[in-house]
Amino acid sequence: MEFSYIIEGGDFSKAGSASSEVKKILKQLNLAPEKIKKIAVAMYEAEVNIVAHAYKGVMEGKIDAEKVFLRFRDEGPGIEDVDKAMQEGFSTASEEVRQMGFGAGMGLPNIRKNSDSLKVSSEVGKGTTVEITSYINN
Amino acid sequence: MKTLILEDVVKQLELKPLSGQALLQKEVTGAYCSDLLSDVMGHSDEGQVWITLQTHKNIMAVAALKDLAAIILVKGLVPEAEVLSLSEKEGIPVLSTTLSAFEIAGRLYQLLEA
Ligand SMILES: Nc1ncnc2c1ncn2[C@@H]1O[C@H](COP(=O)(O)OP(=O)(O)OP(=O)(O)O)[C@@H](O)[C@H]1O
Ligand SMILES: [Mg+2]
Repeated sequence: MEFSYIIEGGDFSKAGSASSEVKKILKQLNLAPEKIKKIAVAMYEAEVNIVAHAYKGVMEGKIDAEKVFLRFRDEGPGIEDVDKAMQEGFSTASEEVRQMGFGAGMGLPNIRKNSDSLKVSSEVGKGTTVEITSYINN
Repeated sequence: MKTLILEDVVKQLELKPLSGQALLQKEVTGAYCSDLLSDVMGHSDEGQVWITLQTHKNIMAVAALKDLAAIILVKGLVPEAEVLSLSEKEGIPVLSTTLSAFEIAGRLYQLLEA
């Protein structure tokens, strides 16, 4: 099956709602609870990154018998140095965003730890694409 | 660490339920104490109580995605109104204490380890 959700940049009041919808789908599909837990962490972090760092984006998902594939595409400032952004503790979040408890620089590391494959590609001044794959039977 | 019923935790720690009074029969398997949302995403576990000073809507999104048992707000902090309605919808009670995170975590640790 396939689905897609719009994600608004800057709108923290809705942050996580797309992930919560997809989590419901994963439950309906009877995926293993451990798998669902990991995918929930990974997709929430990717969704919040669009809210916190980009202008607008979309989460596109595709689920088949073998895997859950999620692609987050956004229009935004992009990431200058992806390797650096992947390091735990690196964050460019604003003071305001940090006060809400975001900006620990743990989002991308969380995605890596909770997925089987993570691909981040970005063009400065244009946007970022984050692709997350979780294999269902491992 | 043992498993407790949330209602017993509420009574023994004198927590004030701000929402979800009807949802206190669930089990508590532990707790996590942090104000950084990604830290909670990465390190908390299903069934745990989350101790925090954050009061905005996103705490419910995190708690629901992680299947946490309840949220304890420290220092008498009052959540945004929407947190409480979301809390009922997600089935995750919001509990209040006047104590600091350090004090309430210490007491909860003793309860769970006793
Ligand atoms: N979609 C994105 N668009 C632009 N920059 C991004 C995007 N996602 C991540 N980044 C950059 O990578 C950094 C690290 O991201 P990461 O998710 O690990 O931490 P964070 O979002 O800053 O904090 P946390 O996720 O712990 O709340 C961000 O601070 C930001 O500079
Ligand atoms: Mg992040």
